[in-house]
Amino acid sequence: MSTPVRASEATRPRVPRRKWTDSSLLLWITTPLLLLVFIAAWKAYTVLFGVGELMLPPPETVGAALVELMQGSLIYEAIKVTLYETLVGFALAAVIGVALGIVLGKARRLERVLSPFLVATQVVPKVAIVPLFLLWFGFGTTSKIFMAAIIAFFVMMQNTILGIRSIEPGHRDLMRVIQAPWWKRVISLDIPSSLPYVLTGVELGIVFAITGAVVGEYLGGDEGLGALATMMLAGLRTDMLFAVVIVMTVLGFLLYAVTAAIRRFAIPWHESSGRPTSL
Amino acid sequence: MSADTMTGGAAISIKGVGKEYTTDAGPVRALTPTDLEIKPREFVVLLGPSGCGKTTLLRMLGGLITPTEGTITIGDKLLYSEGDTRPSREALGSLGFVFQQSTLMPWRKIWKNIALPLEGKGVGRKERRQRAEELAEMMGLAGFLEHLPRALSGGMQQRVAIARALVHRPSILLMDEPFGALDAMTRDRMNSMLQQLWMDTGKTTVLVTHSISEAVFLADRVVLLSQRPGRIQDVVEIDFPRPRSLDIVKTPQFGEIVQHLRKQLGEV
Repeated sequence: MSTPVRASEATRPRVPRRKWTDSSLLLWITTPLLLLVFIAAWKAYTVLFGVGELMLPPPETVGAALVELMQGSLIYEAIKVTLYETLVGFALAAVIGVALGIVLGKARRLERVLSPFLVATQVVPKVAIVPLFLLWFGFGTTSKIFMAAIIAFFVMMQNTILGIRSIEPGHRDLMRVIQAPWWKRVISLDIPSSLPYVLTGVELGIVFAITGAVVGEYLGGDEGLGALATMMLAGLRTDMLFAVVIVMTVLGFLLYAVTAAIRRFAIPWHESSGRPTSL
Repeated sequence: MSADTMTGGAAISIKGVGKEYTTDAGPVRALTPTDLEIKPREFVVLLGPSGCGKTTLLRMLGGLITPTEGTITIGDKLLYSEGDTRPSREALGSLGFVFQQSTLMPWRKIWKNIALPLEGKGVGRKERRQRAEELAEMMGLAGFLEHLPRALSGGMQQRVAIARALVHRPSILLMDEPFGALDAMTRDRMNSMLQQLWMDTGKTTVLVTHSISEAVFLADRVVLLSQRPGRIQDVVEIDFPRPRSLDIVKTPQFGEIVQHLRKQLGEV
């Protein structure tokens, strides 16, 4: 059964109107809504099952703790330390990861020789190395920087290798035909062509970096958000522990948002711009 | 077969050039040693079925594949002498190459795509821009200099690729099935445009195709290559007056030549 098409309908140019559900406006409505649902469920759970404050404090207690936390100076000091460790560790990982990625992406034989070792560095449970790092680099920020770096490094290197490998053979031929010198090939082809992949690595890397820093802080030292969280736990302030975790989450989210914004700015020509990769 | 003499004035001279690939299953011969001379300002089309080595031959002319044997001379400069593993840079400079895909860089504006071959060669930005503008004008792309490639249709992208191949003012244009990825109508238009461009600029042109009518429409000389291992099976001079209109395809003479080539390709 076919619907008769009226002439007026057939000739009228169809304006592709974006449905409101497609727009980013939707996120501004759904996100708070879902958050509200989550908090309501949380509250209901604590009330219905009579969970103790120590096990799972109700949302309003955590809210109050968060306010209290933000009014003190302790949290800002901790944020500063964690942010510093994360950013320095991330930068270290980015520089080494991308540079090594470019080299290994270009030299296939070298990559094949080294790959078991590179994979091995990733298979080692990194949390198990933390004590070693503490031993080597002390309880200060240095050990956490290395922790952040080593966790973030691999994903950035892997993505860079993938990016270099994904360069179109036609583009390579072109660079040969026009006799571009090697540095010109790197600047005008290798880097821009692999940038979408590298930036995906960066988006993942920054999140891994903050994870690494916080895990390092959990396990040793008395500075940063991780250490603050363990202190709260030791003081049986579960509500404060939750508040610290919320701060960590927001911090990670902001760092991710920055890298996603960089992507949109750096590669406007690429399809991925406008929709950040989901983790 | 061309005379095997030292030629004064050939634009491209191919002597005993062949190619053998080594694969896991042993050596595979793509092209048997071949001789061919191409005159300045000549339009030569290499025609043949897939796997006849026509693209291999063209890519050797472009310095992208090293011949297994033989010598290639571009103008008065040796591109490959016997046993060379790398093309001579000097000879490569007088070649422009157009690929089957436009191979434009999606992150570069059109004018920067056109000017790419001039970068890193001591040509200032101002002059690069000017040269790009000239070529865009010539290729009917004038309004699109600031666009990104994705804003252009396939035919226009290929015109950008041609502009890019000409920007360093080469005397020879090599084209590897340049319109193979386009629809039939666009393809016809591009062929007319290419003929006009060739007549205006006088570039020696070598074009690879597997379309018989495209070959006959464009060429001064059609070089027919046979199935693997590739070798020159026939050379047909096409002497229709220029400029040829697309209607020429309907004339009996055109049909005869097409028929002749088709027979040799074993398609009839």
